[in-house]
Amino acid sequence: MLAATKVDVAVFGASAVIVLAGAIGVVISANPVHAALSLVMTLFGVAVLFVAQEAHFLAAVQVIVYAGAIVVLFLFVIMLLGVDRRENVAREELRGQRPIAFLLGIATIAEFVLLTRGTSWVTGAESVVGPASGPGANVETLARSLFTRYLLAFEITSVLLVIAVVGAVVLARRPPPERPEEPEPLAVPERLHTPQLDDAAPVPATEVPAP
Amino acid sequence: MYLNQFLLLAAFLFSVGVYGVLARKNGVLVLMSIELILNAVNINLVAFGAFHDTVAGQVFALFVIAVAAAEVGVGLAIVLLIYRNRHSIDLSEVDLMKG
Repeated sequence: MLAATKVDVAVFGASAVIVLAGAIGVVISANPVHAALSLVMTLFGVAVLFVAQEAHFLAAVQVIVYAGAIVVLFLFVIMLLGVDRRENVAREELRGQRPIAFLLGIATIAEFVLLTRGTSWVTGAESVVGPASGPGANVETLARSLFTRYLLAFEITSVLLVIAVVGAVVLARRPPPERPEEPEPLAVPERLHTPQLDDAAPVPATEVPAP
Repeated sequence: MYLNQFLLLAAFLFSVGVYGVLARKNGVLVLMSIELILNAVNINLVAFGAFHDTVAGQVFALFVIAVAAAEVGVGLAIVLLIYRNRHSIDLSEVDLMKG
């Protein structure tokens, strides 16, 4: 393991800024398309962090799967549902929620900083799982581990993906057209609403004269 | 590089993601914030894997990416279904089971 060099620190700092700026863009932008593009920025920053830790294959997977496939899926759904639905991000459901959340967040960050202040564990060691290419490369080491020690988890992941694909198709499929002799299907009600006493006759508000 | 720098960055990213899940009303944006949380976990896994000089961290990060892809597929299908039924993906309007 080696200590941090200036290049390491510079790369880490630049990618950390990119990651955090993208993440904040995701949670504060009112337009969903801008949020998706900020998500791409975050994912690329994380890929740079992976490269800095010599996880070359994982960085490639991050760019191809996350930025290439998942974000495109997000954009498909955003376009399908209408882009110009802006959201009022300033609305609060609970009063006083934001300041309390802000204070608790600051406290949590202070805790993390205190916890990790004195430690100097070195990570990001070179060639943890082999160089990028050549014999004993990163991909080879990773594949050897994936197909021997973690084979069961790998197979279960494939089952999970099949289930997810089938589930997504079944959920998103349009229902088949009804036959004409069938009665009209039950429409989904706007809101389950049972008539109650105070619905029938609203009590007139009594005027209290101002003193 | 020191390990705690990666852990601090992942903690910040995780917190931003949790804020997004709690504060956003748009269903698609909530799913995006969950992606931020999963990425924070991936940063931690790779950093600890490099720290312990083992490949296991990267293998688990690979599994997390696969599970995230499955989760996004099913989650977006559910969002599509909510939109088809209620003509809105505002999650504060999905209150059918609210007492």
